[in-house]
Amino acid sequence: MDNNIIEVKNLKVYFKLKNIFGKKKNLVVKAVDGVSFEIKEGEILSLVGESGSGKTTTGKALLQLVNCEFDVLKFQGKEMDLTKKGLNSFRQKAQMIYQDPYQSLNPRQQIIDIVTEPLEVNKLISSEEERLKRAKEALEQAGLKPGEDYFFRYPYELSGGQRQRVVIASSMIMSPKFIVADEPVSMLDASIRTGILKLMIELKEKNNLAYLFITHDLSLAWLISDRIAIMYLGKIMEIGEANIIINEGVHPYTKALIRVMPKAGVKRDGLRDVLEGEVPNPTSINSGCKFCNRCPLATEICFEQEPEMKRIGKNHYAACHKLEENSEE
Amino acid sequence: MNSIKHEMRRRKIKEFGSSVYHNKTALVGTIVLSFFVIVAIFGPMIIPFSTLDFGNPEDMLQAPNGEHWLGTDDMGRDILANLISGARVSLLIGFLATLISMGIGTLIGISSGYFGKAIDNILMRLTDFFLVIPWLPLMMVLAAILGTSIWNIIFVIGITSWAGTARVVRAQTLSVKERQFVERTVSLGSGSFHIMSKHILPNVFPLIFANTVLIAAAAILSETTLSFLGLGDPTRASWGMMLHYAFESGAASANAYWYYLPPGICVVLVVLSFALMGYAFDEIMNPKFKER
Repeated sequence: MDNNIIEVKNLKVYFKLKNIFGKKKNLVVKAVDGVSFEIKEGEILSLVGESGSGKTTTGKALLQLVNCEFDVLKFQGKEMDLTKKGLNSFRQKAQMIYQDPYQSLNPRQQIIDIVTEPLEVNKLISSEEERLKRAKEALEQAGLKPGEDYFFRYPYELSGGQRQRVVIASSMIMSPKFIVADEPVSMLDASIRTGILKLMIELKEKNNLAYLFITHDLSLAWLISDRIAIMYLGKIMEIGEANIIINEGVHPYTKALIRVMPKAGVKRDGLRDVLEGEVPNPTSINSGCKFCNRCPLATEICFEQEPEMKRIGKNHYAACHKLEENSEE
Repeated sequence: MNSIKHEMRRRKIKEFGSSVYHNKTALVGTIVLSFFVIVAIFGPMIIPFSTLDFGNPEDMLQAPNGEHWLGTDDMGRDILANLISGARVSLLIGFLATLISMGIGTLIGISSGYFGKAIDNILMRLTDFFLVIPWLPLMMVLAAILGTSIWNIIFVIGITSWAGTARVVRAQTLSVKERQFVERTVSLGSGSFHIMSKHILPNVFPLIFANTVLIAAAAILSETTLSFLGLGDPTRASWGMMLHYAFESGAASANAYWYYLPPGICVVLVVLSFALMGYAFDEIMNPKFKER
């Protein structure tokens, strides 16, 4: 399989805690603890999990925005070049869209400067006319028409949806191949979400983009993605094609998530099997399966041994000791 | 396309002008300061008296009269003429010293906040040193070592007054640095210089600007103090030098109020106008204080 846009094996992001004097304590937060997956060209992989499960950190680590360790990190089939030069050319092809468009735009920059910033930073434009032309194209591609109306406005003059379009325009101006979209619609009004999602899909089709789509909304992930990865406390619990995960998910955590997913046309008698307990403190995780404290099926082995990823079906993997018994149910 | 840009810029300037006009504090400060700036620029071209030539013995310490509107000093020189040419020296020293001070303060503040770690530590200890050292003795020592020329005075005031600015700028830089748009621009591949100049500086600038105006007031006061203590440039009569001569010649005990009052009042007015502008600009440029 050589059309992988990005491939990562055993990605780890550990944060060392410091006490108030700045001395390192021996506590380590394992934000991302051995995550492996690959994304093909033109594919959308959704990363689903609850708050604190390390979704965003995984995305940032892929773009080398946080310090991380990994066994393999390949981009477009080649080992990632981590020198300054290599990173720069990588960053022209991989972009990030942030969750909160109110935070991710510099309030003192005009829209045209924001949109053409990637070109300027990488010295890809020669003249002012070209800059204006590219900015207009990018803005209109992102659905802000006519583009020149937005050139000299400031972010505070735009609505949340418009800002997110500006972010998208700015990310697309370098025609990237891979985008990490960190909950790109969760801060937006429901009425605007569809528009932004449609735009993202449209751009994907047009430019053969690949997305790592980070979300906590399983139904949204089901709607837009080709494959879904379920994350819990820095580990991928289950990964597979979207339909299979939703309909035939095998991991107890996946099942718990799917049970609470709202479904159209299904009447509920009020009671749902909501998972009990909270996500444990990430500094005090025991040696076994990360999910064992809350898992309804947990037995001794779950507390002692960490489960390996097992192949369930085509492109479908899960990490659980109890798979056999579980699937017989 | 460029015309749109100019139009937008013109509108911004107009908007700023109108908010200055409607803010009484800013308006008073601006008018008073503009008056002194105009006097400083054009005054020396039109005054009929030479400020350095000694007058006739019978002209010594005259009270204000028809020929000398503000009287004369103990050398028989016209006070008004001295005052006008002093405005140029005092304001020049004030502005240039402020420029140096803000430059150093901003540079050190932003680099310290942005790079952090060892650089932050080194720069901030240096800042602490300048912050806690008694500035007047330091200035006096420096001025005495370097000699009394106007450029040395500017230099001395400039390098002794930046510490507060550096602290404020560093604090703001630390907060801006963590904002998401900075991380976004890192993910676009921008380097440190781009981030500092395009993202951090513009967001720290209102603070720097408000600070500048207050530093300018302090710089003019410092110049007056140094000159009064006899460390000024004797070839250029600043307001501080006038006060110094007035004191030396015993104008106060001779009841020659016209000798020591005018330069004193001028210093107070300029410092006051800077302070008024500083507070008002802080209000105008900080959207949080904007009345809706």
